[in-house]
Amino acid sequence: MKNDQTLGEILRQQGISRRGFLKFCVATASLLALPPGMVPAIAAALEKARRPSVIWLSFQECTGCTESLTRSDAASIEDLIFNTISLDYHHTLQAASGTGAEDARESAMKENWGKYVLVVDGSIPTGNPGYSTIAGISNVEMLMEAAAGAAAIVAVGSCASFGGIPHASPNPTGAVSVTDLISDKPIVNVPGCPPIPVVIAGVLTHFLTFGIPELDELHRPLAFYGKSIHDRCYRRPFYDKGLFAESFDDEGAKKGWCLYKLGCKGPTTYNACATTKWNQGTSFPIQSGHPCLGCSQPDFWDAGGFYHALSIPTEDTARTVLYGAATGVAAGLALGGLNRARKAHAARKHEKVTINDLEKGG
Amino acid sequence: MARTTLAEFAIEVGDAGTHNVQPLLHEIRHALAQLLEQGKETVIDLRSIPLAPGEEAAIEQALGEGEVRATLSALGPSDFRETSYPGVWVVTHYNRDDQIVGKFVEVTSAPALLRSQTEDIAAGLQRLEARLTQDGGGRVV
Repeated sequence: MKNDQTLGEILRQQGISRRGFLKFCVATASLLALPPGMVPAIAAALEKARRPSVIWLSFQECTGCTESLTRSDAASIEDLIFNTISLDYHHTLQAASGTGAEDARESAMKENWGKYVLVVDGSIPTGNPGYSTIAGISNVEMLMEAAAGAAAIVAVGSCASFGGIPHASPNPTGAVSVTDLISDKPIVNVPGCPPIPVVIAGVLTHFLTFGIPELDELHRPLAFYGKSIHDRCYRRPFYDKGLFAESFDDEGAKKGWCLYKLGCKGPTTYNACATTKWNQGTSFPIQSGHPCLGCSQPDFWDAGGFYHALSIPTEDTARTVLYGAATGVAAGLALGGLNRARKAHAARKHEKVTINDLEKGG
Repeated sequence: MARTTLAEFAIEVGDAGTHNVQPLLHEIRHALAQLLEQGKETVIDLRSIPLAPGEEAAIEQALGEGEVRATLSALGPSDFRETSYPGVWVVTHYNRDDQIVGKFVEVTSAPALLRSQTEDIAAGLQRLEARLTQDGGGRVV
């Protein structure tokens, strides 16, 4: 399939009716959190859109982001990959391997220099280059080379966006995010561990229709990360009434009360989980009775414990406050109860666990 | 020893919910009045509103069943259902794997996607002409 064909031409060739195309546009408007009145504009943009070459690089990652994308229900992954984009390189999804795979990446870069979309998942180690290599090329070298010819970069997942779990203390590989290394290209961060599949698909579709979406201070698209989980949570009325679950099996938990005291990071986490939800809109963690971990926020792994209420300070207060301010959260929330004893308690939670400890536990 | 069943761990929605059901019904009422007085159509994306488990069903139950139900087959099925309030439709789009990709309340005399589209009419005309030409061995005038 040629890359110079428009999406409208491709769909017509495949026998997709105008009705089918408009239905796709309606679903896309919903996906992009755009008002339904925008459907004609989306249809006009998609009609003329040309399939961009997409090069997907995976560095220090767990493949969870790709797993998430391949379960996207936005337009079905087949439509997204084969109709909307030209996925020219992706370790996990491509059939080619070894030299053939690397040749595909190099020729796609050469043919589409300056025009392709570079998608990155995983953080980039800046310590020993040997920590993570592809075909003998270090991650940093491959990223910088591919980024030079990219029209835009999409950092998928919290690892590529903020360093993620590899970046967690003590960060043995010197893991950093894409924005830590590159500042001369448009970069869209799509954090989450993993991100919501339709959000990944939505960002790529937005790039096709209207270009780079409007972003917040952390380079996240406002359409998906503009509101906190807390603001959109159906349990919010319980928070406002002061009705909290105190443990996972008490009456409050069974009655579906607010999970704030069980460590819910919803008030400081910006993502679309509460409305878009997961598994074809079935549910999201809070609906299933588990606090939000805050996985789309920077350094969520080092935020002082998943089951500690936000009012209990972390061991790195300065960083928490900085991120809180950056995302528009009242900084006073976390500062209220600061005291040394609690800081020491939080620090203790990060003691190293030895194999002896594990054996004792068994 | 009596074993705890999964049902005992079921999480209740509670009495509070989001309180979004009534306001949404009022929004539909306003939209319906606008349709009647000004001919202005409205589409409400049910996925853009925070709803507690069961509240979407509560909205559908409140709207009830009307006289018309239609199915569209294009990139997966779509279900168009007029509610007991004429002019208020619940439209659900599915993908080819029968997963919901969008759910809307459309306040209109007929959802736009139910109408034949000009491009499809033109393509259909071409196909019919080609068939008649082939069948009759001559040119359709």
